[in-house]
Amino acid sequence: MTVLQSQLSPSSDAYRANFDRMQSLVGEMAEKAALIERGGSDEARERHLKRGKLLPRERLAQLLDVGAPFLEIGQFAAFDMYGGDIASAGLIAGVGRIEGRECVIVVNDATVKGGTYYPLTVKKHLRAQEIALENNLPCIYLVDSGGANLPNQDEVFPDRDHFGRIFYNQANMSAKGIPQIACVMGSCTAGGAYVPAMSDETVMVKGNATIFLGGPPLVKAATGEVVTAEELGGAEVHTRESGVADHYALDDEHALAIVRRIVKNLNRKKTISLDLRKPIPPVYDPREIYGIIPADTRQPYDVREVIARVVDGSEFDEFKANYGTTLITGFAHIYGIPVGILANNGVLFSESALKGAHFIELCCQRKIPLVFLQNITGFMVGRKYEAGGIARDGAKLVTAVATAQVPKVTAIIGGSFGAGNYGMCGRAYSPRFLWMWPNARISVMGGEQAATVLSIVKREGIERKGGSWSAEEEAEFRKPILEKYEREGHPLYSSARLWDDGIVDPAKTREVLALSLGAALNAPIPDTKFGVFRM
Amino acid sequence: MFDKILIANRGEIAVRVIRTARRLGIATVAVYSDADRNALHTRLADQAVHIGPAPAAESYLNGGKIIAAARETGAQAIHPGYGFLSENPDFVGQVEAAGLIFVGPSSQAIRAMGLKDAAKRLMEKAGVPVVPGYHGDTQALVALASKANEIGYPVLIKARAGGGGKGMRLVSDPDAFPEALAAAQREAKAAFGDERVLVEKYIQSPRHIEVQVFGDKHGHAVHLFERDCSAQRRHQKVIEEAPAPGMNEETRIAMTEAAVKAAKAISYSGAGTIEFIVDASEGLRPDRFWFMEMNTRLQVEHPVTEMVTGIDLVEWQLRVASGEPLPCTQDEITLTGHAVEARLYAEDATRNFLPATGTLHHLRFPDRLDTATLRVDAGVAEKDAITPFYDPMIAKLIVHAPTRAGAVDGLATALEKTEIAGSTVNLGFLTRLLRDDDFYAGRLETGLIGRKQDVLTKTAPLQERHLAAAIAATSMAEPSDRPNDPYSAIPGYGHFSSLVHKRTVVHDEQLVEARVSAQADGALAIRLGDDPSDQPIIVRRDDPTRIAAWPGHVTVFEGADALTLKVPDRLQSAEDSGAGDRLRAPMPGLVKLVRATVNDMVKKGQPLLVLEAMKMEHTIAAPHDGVIAEIAAEGAQVNDGAMLVRFHEAE
Repeated sequence: MTVLQSQLSPSSDAYRANFDRMQSLVGEMAEKAALIERGGSDEARERHLKRGKLLPRERLAQLLDVGAPFLEIGQFAAFDMYGGDIASAGLIAGVGRIEGRECVIVVNDATVKGGTYYPLTVKKHLRAQEIALENNLPCIYLVDSGGANLPNQDEVFPDRDHFGRIFYNQANMSAKGIPQIACVMGSCTAGGAYVPAMSDETVMVKGNATIFLGGPPLVKAATGEVVTAEELGGAEVHTRESGVADHYALDDEHALAIVRRIVKNLNRKKTISLDLRKPIPPVYDPREIYGIIPADTRQPYDVREVIARVVDGSEFDEFKANYGTTLITGFAHIYGIPVGILANNGVLFSESALKGAHFIELCCQRKIPLVFLQNITGFMVGRKYEAGGIARDGAKLVTAVATAQVPKVTAIIGGSFGAGNYGMCGRAYSPRFLWMWPNARISVMGGEQAATVLSIVKREGIERKGGSWSAEEEAEFRKPILEKYEREGHPLYSSARLWDDGIVDPAKTREVLALSLGAALNAPIPDTKFGVFRM
Repeated sequence: MFDKILIANRGEIAVRVIRTARRLGIATVAVYSDADRNALHTRLADQAVHIGPAPAAESYLNGGKIIAAARETGAQAIHPGYGFLSENPDFVGQVEAAGLIFVGPSSQAIRAMGLKDAAKRLMEKAGVPVVPGYHGDTQALVALASKANEIGYPVLIKARAGGGGKGMRLVSDPDAFPEALAAAQREAKAAFGDERVLVEKYIQSPRHIEVQVFGDKHGHAVHLFERDCSAQRRHQKVIEEAPAPGMNEETRIAMTEAAVKAAKAISYSGAGTIEFIVDASEGLRPDRFWFMEMNTRLQVEHPVTEMVTGIDLVEWQLRVASGEPLPCTQDEITLTGHAVEARLYAEDATRNFLPATGTLHHLRFPDRLDTATLRVDAGVAEKDAITPFYDPMIAKLIVHAPTRAGAVDGLATALEKTEIAGSTVNLGFLTRLLRDDDFYAGRLETGLIGRKQDVLTKTAPLQERHLAAAIAATSMAEPSDRPNDPYSAIPGYGHFSSLVHKRTVVHDEQLVEARVSAQADGALAIRLGDDPSDQPIIVRRDDPTRIAAWPGHVTVFEGADALTLKVPDRLQSAEDSGAGDRLRAPMPGLVKLVRATVNDMVKKGQPLLVLEAMKMEHTIAAPHDGVIAEIAAEGAQVNDGAMLVRFHEAE
């Protein structure tokens, strides 16, 4: 294979400036992540611990194999939303390893508003289930939740992708042979009761776990019967009398040990039909990525410099290197897994789109997973290009991306604007995972373009009516538009709304992609049948 | 030469005999008891015959069954090893009566040497020096006490039929004589069924030096030089070597000549050892050694002689037994270099050498040494058990080097490289003894170990890095069959931080909690204290600490010492404290006595059964009032952690 030759000069001023900027962006994200990892307020955590419970992250750690990675999703979910203190939307989720098997783990955080489901909690729970479904991963639910967040009931209960979908997914995943394991470690009330009830195997913790459709106050209101929560739906009742749960655990640690044993007995084997290689690190230090990315998103750089710091041995065999050069395509390995990479090196032209579609066809034919390194302002515009059929060629790329059945993983490493987002496998194109760098921006178009388009429309309107618009007035008009786009295009804004699976450190892109692919390879790769390509 | 022999023994000596037999093209038949069904000697022999239950009296001491096994399998000869029936003249008679050959001396020779006082008289007559003493038949207190006065205090009272320190008492003062005599007689009676004793002069700062002799059925007898077995603990040999440190030509000639004379006096055939007590207070001198006893069998420590002479003594035994003459003349037997042997035992040196049992979940010997030759004679393999029924010897390590210092250093190194987990062993004690200044300098005497026991049994203290390494070992996931899978190859990944895992081990009944997180290079960062600002201890994947993880435990090896930590199993402990609680065996042992039956209502503190483990009896009492649902059977051999009692669930 061909080893990429880096042109980067780590001693240059530009490199240092870029490096410092990215380092501070990553540092900022790490600080925010550290706060989020604490979960709820100190009082809430104290209350939780007093009940003899482990904190959610302790539960997670106890459940997972020591030293194994945890590919967390939606870490910044609900960031700065609902009043601003709903850490990770009150739910920790991700892919981790239990007894050597990759599983999707969903952990309620009862220290955050009692673990109740906000709209984004529901969305995150469903996203975790989607990952499990697409990648054939067992689901482990560590339940400790008060159920739907009642003030937000209109946004969590009625619609298709609301609370009820959780149980629909459980039933359908179970039907597909994807194990559903619940471990009830706290409340599990009303609709929530269906999480353990719909699971294949369920554990309950003595004293803390309760499962019931209606809690003691509701029972009293409805029938006058006075009963304690433990009598009504404790571990004793459900493992001995009702059969709602299967395993009786003395405490959290015991319960998690039982879950580990359940996973050990699942009889699942990861079989990979790809031609794997022995992983080797890149020739160039991945941290040098910090020095590559210019502060100004409009300033071009060669994306091969990034690829050289992501793939095994910095080895990259380009496909159609001399054609459609604004889209780089080629074969490489990441932690030994063969991948086809599509990466932007400028705006998409017809040729680049055709090249991309061709390359995706190759990879689907050969069952090679696809990695998209997205940094795209869009497709080329102008009379010449429209007449040349760029919409037709763009559609070919979008069709290929949409219908490709090999695992797709997307990293937004710069801009993600307009139809470029579609052609480069944005969220709507169901990549198995989608990650964002802290410097990335996502919106229908760049803030500058949006402000300019809107200014032109405005100016035309004013001038049609015979009015005039000063440069100062225009600047005043543009400012809030620029601010809005800057705010809403920010990775935290995106991550908070689960438009992506998380913000990641660019220096760890290689690891994130490998873990994403590693999770994806738990599911067999089906044959691809493409849609009609407009010729 | 024989085509097939039966080995009437077990453990390392049975294995060792099989090795030589195999080299000579002789088929081997092992015998085994219930406890040795899967023992190493049973597995290694060409054929194996079951001869009875675990207790030696019903198996390895059952001559009838052993002879029947030999006839049934067509073995022509029986090699007795050492111990068990090796010095039993009646057994020799039965073997010969059955038309088989006993690999060893005649029954007459064994008898002649079996009773110590008779043997001494015999030797005295043959001109071999003996320790001043009284070996007569009179056993009355007054007579013996006056003999003791004649001999001069201190004196030693010994069982006439005995050996191994049983029925032996040291008396330094006439006033103490009556009580010591009574005790010696009692012990002699219990151990040998013969309460008669003899009284001897007690040699101060004595050394134990013995001469290996060999005779054939054609009237030849030779010696194979001496061995020094002065490193003893309560008359049990601990470390043996050849030649004796400080030996001079004059004394060697005197001792070996006396030994050959002794062998010839009883027309000895086969391997034998003449043991002398030596007064080395002024160095080794030709007039300062006295005959103690003759062992009419192969000795445990025979390998040191083999290593300095290059002669396979078991081969000689088999050749001589089959009627061949000795393969060498005296002139052809030479002594080269120095050999030292250590006896590796399952025993707890810190608890006064209490014998230990257990399954050897981890057992590793070094393959070789850089500067010396290593020989390991082991009776067990990894995963084999040391049972309470037999001598708890695990192996002998023998090192041969050009010099004594080289051999002693080599042996200490070999012991330090030996790893055993699953039972308590004496590796640390042996190594400290080898490195002791007096031992190292060859200033030997039989009281050395007793005098320095405190220092020699002091184990290395547990250090934080040991604890961290042990915790790391218990924390690591089982090695993946796909080590390159990203979920194996990217340890500890988190987008911005790694997960922190809580791990618990038990050291000396103390719970130790640690927080563990993985670094990108696969090393584990371990914090033992509660202070999050404490620097973690980093344990790398290639951490040099030697560790063995085995069910429910982890053992850290430091030098020749081993520190074992318990790793609590949450599932197990929860099961025990959950519905219908259980009592489990604290250590492997034998259920000696069961004092309750199923459905008995028992009170808290009521003894339920007696577990015999490590030669001690442990009473298992009810921890609370309750009704018994299940209880172990009397006579059952149970493993560590086996369920002994289960209670019915309290209503």
